[in-house]
Amino acid sequence: MKKLWKGNHALVEGALAGGLDAYFGYPITPQNEVPEYMSLRMKQEKRVFLQAESELASINMVFGAALTGKRAMTTSSSPGISLMQEGISYLVGCELPAVIVNVQRGGPGLGNIAGAQGDYFQSVKGGGHGDYRLITLTPFSVQEMYEMTRDSFDLAFKYRNPVLILADGVIGQMLEPADLPEKVPPRKEFPYSMDWILDGAAGRDSRFIRSLVMDEGGLEQHNYRLWDKFAKMEKEISWEEHGTEDADVILVGYGTSARINLDVYNSARKNGLKAGYFRLRTAFPFPSKRLSELSSRSGFLVTEMSMGQMVEDVRLAVSGRSDVEFYGRPAGGLPEEEKIYGILERMLK
Amino acid sequence: MKKGIIISGFGGQGVMLAGNILCRAGMKEDKFVTFFPSYGAEMRGGTANCQVIISDTHIGAPVVQYPDILLSFNKPSYVKFSPRVKKEGRILVNSSLYKPEENPGPELIGIPANDIARECGSPIVLNMVMIGAFAAGTKILGIGSVKDSVPEVLTEKKKNLWDINIRAVEAGYNYLGK
Repeated sequence: MKKLWKGNHALVEGALAGGLDAYFGYPITPQNEVPEYMSLRMKQEKRVFLQAESELASINMVFGAALTGKRAMTTSSSPGISLMQEGISYLVGCELPAVIVNVQRGGPGLGNIAGAQGDYFQSVKGGGHGDYRLITLTPFSVQEMYEMTRDSFDLAFKYRNPVLILADGVIGQMLEPADLPEKVPPRKEFPYSMDWILDGAAGRDSRFIRSLVMDEGGLEQHNYRLWDKFAKMEKEISWEEHGTEDADVILVGYGTSARINLDVYNSARKNGLKAGYFRLRTAFPFPSKRLSELSSRSGFLVTEMSMGQMVEDVRLAVSGRSDVEFYGRPAGGLPEEEKIYGILERMLK
Repeated sequence: MKKGIIISGFGGQGVMLAGNILCRAGMKEDKFVTFFPSYGAEMRGGTANCQVIISDTHIGAPVVQYPDILLSFNKPSYVKFSPRVKKEGRILVNSSLYKPEENPGPELIGIPANDIARECGSPIVLNMVMIGAFAAGTKILGIGSVKDSVPEVLTEKKKNLWDINIRAVEAGYNYLGK
């Protein structure tokens, strides 16, 4: 049955449903309800909650827990996620599963506390050093805050790679009806090999987990292996589209910008305009192939709560085959429906 | 139908609770609803507001830029949000604390919420008086679903407070309804 849930609370329930063993975090608006509610729920469910002294400590505690094969997670918002980038790079280098949530706010710097989408590049292009990728999920409703967080642990262990949930302050703070189970569902065991974890070497050879690879050519081989894995992540691509079969212009967005696009799309269709709707559910892997196919008949209008980041990936996918226009507002400004509609009308003329 | 509502007042006046109840009442009437709070440095005695959307169709952004309805619990709220209310919209103001002058524009309805609340037994239920008046003054939601949502929000723990809160909703409704 649907109940009124806050995005940040649904995320916590999603993590519990995904089998989260240990949470480490440090407060920051607009995701403070996550550690607050998590501290209550983790205690009730007899799991580990620890408020760390900083974001650096949080991400490295996640690293430590992940080494032992536990399902570990941290959450923060933009400035805090910047502080974690070193740790995220190490997690990828060491092939450790973890879930990191970014409830984005306005930047750069300390910015403000309004919902924003300025961290797309940081999320999908490798915010830390080295040649790496993160599976990046982009929830657009309170329901998806629950579902994507729940499913992220499976993905993290399947690929032994961190998964990033790229939400924003609007989705985190808002309440809307969502259908969540009354009780935390039973823990699902993953079918993946756990022969890499550090659990004491009694009766077996010792194992090493490290990202320093100094032997000649070893790091290159390590990177090739990582990239084989990133290529396999293609299977996880997910998106939603409507009206694309006969659309002349397709609205593209994710998260809150996609919510706004959906309303514009609906009113455009009601008025007989040949508009389409496309939203990312994964920002990495990115649905390039599908956008490329669609570009044979449709142009695109990309909206973001930034000055334009995802739009670059759309342009790469489209490769000049059709028009790609952009409208965005940074630092907590929300794209306005009327404005999107106006641009859409002009493009359709 | 898609109505944007802003509820605003001092921290401690029950602004968030009032918005939460309206959302639940909307759900009972099979509407799409969203709730978006002001967040960050809110505290008792400071200002707080929340934005509620009640709609027959999917709701995109949960943020209300230009409200159809403003529920203003105090003067600073009126000063801040009344200029944004749509021309054909409505402003319900807590006239116990502030009586604005009539001006051309959205219809202005005064409700002496603190006084009505005091008659119900406690001035702190002024938020309930305001949402009761909202039901009567806007017809967006039925009084029944608003009343039924009160226990949900107060929960079993505060069962002793259900009655006074529901009475306050009724009193606010009757003030405008009669």
